[in-house]
Amino acid sequence: MIGFAWGSAAALALAWPSTADWWIMATGAVTAASCAVLGAFLVLRRMSMMGDAISHSVLPGLAAAFLLTRSYSIGPLLAGALVAGLLTALLTQTLHRYVRLPADASMGVVFTSLFALGVVLITQVKGVHFDRQCVFEGAIELAPLYTISIAGIEAPRALVVAGVVLAINAAVLLLLWKEMKLSAFDPALSTTMGFPAGLMHYVLMSLVALTAVASFEAVGSILVVAMLIVPAATAHLLADRLGAMVLLSAGLGAASSVLGFALASHFDTNIAGMMAVAAGGLYGLAALFSPRYGVVSAVIRNARLALRVIRDDLLGVMYRLEELAVDRRLTSRDAVQAVGGSPLARWGLAGLIRRRQVLRRGETLELSPEGRAAAQQLVRAHRLWENYLVQYLGLPLDHVHEPAHRVEHFLDPELQASLERKLPDATHDPHGRDIPS
Amino acid sequence: MIALSLAAKVMLGAGLLGAVAGVVGAFAVLRGRSLAGDMLAHAALPGVVLAFMLTGSRNLATLSAGALATGLAAIGLMTLAVRWTRTKEDAAIGTALSTFFGLGVVLLSRVTRSEAGGNSAGLNSFLFGEPGNMLTSDLVLLAVVGGAALVIVVLLFKEFRLVSFDPDFAASQGWPATGIDLTMMALVAAITIVGLPMVGVVLMAAMIILPAITARLWTHRLQTLLMLAAALGAVAGAVGARVGHGIPAGPAIVLTAAGLFLISLLAAPEQGLVVRAIHELRLRRRVAQDHLLRSLFELTESQLAETYEPVTQFKLLRADRHWSASRLRRLLDRNQLQGLLTVAGDSVRLTPVGVRAAAEAARRHRLWELYMMRFAGAASDHVDRSADDVEHMLPASVLLELEAELSTAPGQRASLPPVPPSPHPTEEPAP
Repeated sequence: MIGFAWGSAAALALAWPSTADWWIMATGAVTAASCAVLGAFLVLRRMSMMGDAISHSVLPGLAAAFLLTRSYSIGPLLAGALVAGLLTALLTQTLHRYVRLPADASMGVVFTSLFALGVVLITQVKGVHFDRQCVFEGAIELAPLYTISIAGIEAPRALVVAGVVLAINAAVLLLLWKEMKLSAFDPALSTTMGFPAGLMHYVLMSLVALTAVASFEAVGSILVVAMLIVPAATAHLLADRLGAMVLLSAGLGAASSVLGFALASHFDTNIAGMMAVAAGGLYGLAALFSPRYGVVSAVIRNARLALRVIRDDLLGVMYRLEELAVDRRLTSRDAVQAVGGSPLARWGLAGLIRRRQVLRRGETLELSPEGRAAAQQLVRAHRLWENYLVQYLGLPLDHVHEPAHRVEHFLDPELQASLERKLPDATHDPHGRDIPS
Repeated sequence: MIALSLAAKVMLGAGLLGAVAGVVGAFAVLRGRSLAGDMLAHAALPGVVLAFMLTGSRNLATLSAGALATGLAAIGLMTLAVRWTRTKEDAAIGTALSTFFGLGVVLLSRVTRSEAGGNSAGLNSFLFGEPGNMLTSDLVLLAVVGGAALVIVVLLFKEFRLVSFDPDFAASQGWPATGIDLTMMALVAAITIVGLPMVGVVLMAAMIILPAITARLWTHRLQTLLMLAAALGAVAGAVGARVGHGIPAGPAIVLTAAGLFLISLLAAPEQGLVVRAIHELRLRRRVAQDHLLRSLFELTESQLAETYEPVTQFKLLRADRHWSASRLRRLLDRNQLQGLLTVAGDSVRLTPVGVRAAAEAARRHRLWELYMMRFAGAASDHVDRSADDVEHMLPASVLLELEAELSTAPGQRASLPPVPPSPHPTEEPAP
């Protein structure tokens, strides 16, 4: 994926895109952004599939509007799509709330039935220009051919439409920002505070229907569905604040369009499809490498924790050995064996030596003063916890070592202080050994 | 091999597909994965095209194997994303669906552009469904896969049932719940994919959901549900394939299934809208009657010491309840029929039976008010509303408890209505 991206970036640099290419990229980017800002709210409300549903179910609305007016003018088509979109939302809600069908099944029933109805309506009209493939794949490559002129500049019609939709979406979201925010996170609270979450739901659904139908002709339904869901899901992995998430989502949508275009020209293939793939690729990268929520980051975090635990355990072993006043000192191999003998254990020991908490004396190891102080803190935490378990939970003596062994790494000074307050005269652990100070 | 006409083949195939999709769809719907069929159908496309690119064959079994591979890959990636990241299931489904479908479109366009156009015709049918192209071998494949799926459902019925309703309990009992779950999903995947060339991507999702959810409206028992879903799916498939008149078979099948759903939605015995509307209407009538009787009681309370047939004025009653005149008239007429009151001109007279019913209504209301004041610490001007809502729902046992709780001496039993001694000797039961 990344390799491809670099490859096509190089290709781009060699073959500077033509004006038509710029128009296509701009159309894709603006359309994607207009979908993606709404997507953030769909994803947060756990209604992503509503984007999929509405972009399918506007079809009968379009067909009915055409049948009634016999024209391709944008007004009736938009009205038809809006009605169909709202109907989808309303019927889904009714089936879920009133008939108590599962939410996803309600949605599935409504949008597939409406879509089937749309297909039938369209085949019944003679002489309608309706290309099934076009509905799926769109014809973004043809966008620069249909232009309208604004202030003397010939711009693709699709770009202008997408720009207007983006402006409408942005305006409505800014105007209803706090209502949308509250109802996205806590619909019940929102309603009790006087911002009806239900109304916000329908506002959002109207915007989705409007955006879907406006984007349809230019980019096709795959791209609408992809851009409604994927950039927002990606942004959700990267941002914790709503404002940041919405902006990031729009940015990611635009970036996927540009990236998708570059890849599509490189491989000579369908542009809208490639834009969807690019968005998915960015999601994959975020799922792996997002600093807070990525899989790789989580693996690294876990590995760090495991290393810390093993370093603590090594210090604990060495301290206890000193405490028994045995002259014997551990060799590296013994120490590693004592904490499980895994490669991780060797790594942990190397870390301790690097930190100068453990010193090498020829073949054997010994604690440095700093290492000893750290080990004392740890053993103190361990034995305080053992005392606490015996005194307050009444656990038998032979049941307290294991839990203390697990918890000792997480007892920060604050928690230790409160343990001390609860155990004012603890000088020995339940097994009779000193609690170091 | 018996030679079948194309129409017969299509009808047989669609009926078969509907029946099997109904059965496996029931498990998908019960597990809350109704949209999995939708995702699978979309994610199958890149597999179909890849299989074609790799083998160059347009054989349905080869293409289906490719479809199954990418479909399962999409399910796997989606599950991992839900388990390992912050992404919720709906967003993961949507992401997998659109990315895989986009990939399919990309690959398909490569095939179309690299070979002289039209070569991808057989592949396109996976997108939109072309039942008219059905070959006998396709029918055989459908029958084999469908039959295998049904056999698996029968053999693993107990396991499927357990995991469908309570996967955590199944796991705690030592069943391989994840494996069973995946088997169910794999069945859904297999059926979705053999059905694709027939009805197309979007409508295949409908075949998974519609028969199952329709059957769900009629029954709470799994066996009945499965059989009903199979029957509904088969009927929808066969009827839809038969419609004709220029209506393509895929949408016709789905619309037939949707029609069956609508009929069930209206007519189902428990969850049906008609039955529910009747219940609602009855409840409203009862509530209105309770309110009317209590108003009558309160307006005539002062007369009750002297007469058993107290009288009040129509307009007083209207003022008390804020009802429209016509609504009040209808209500009075209904109560007149039941012998609770008589209306003469503008005066309304309670009959002795009506007095008793009115006193009962007022008693329920006031008991609840007193209870709210005594035990919930509500102020006396705050209890009327809540009592208005609750009084109609209080069962007799709760009323007795309220009476006992509110009696002046705590611990005292609720009062009994006066019963005169029996005029003839009664038999004491033997101790």
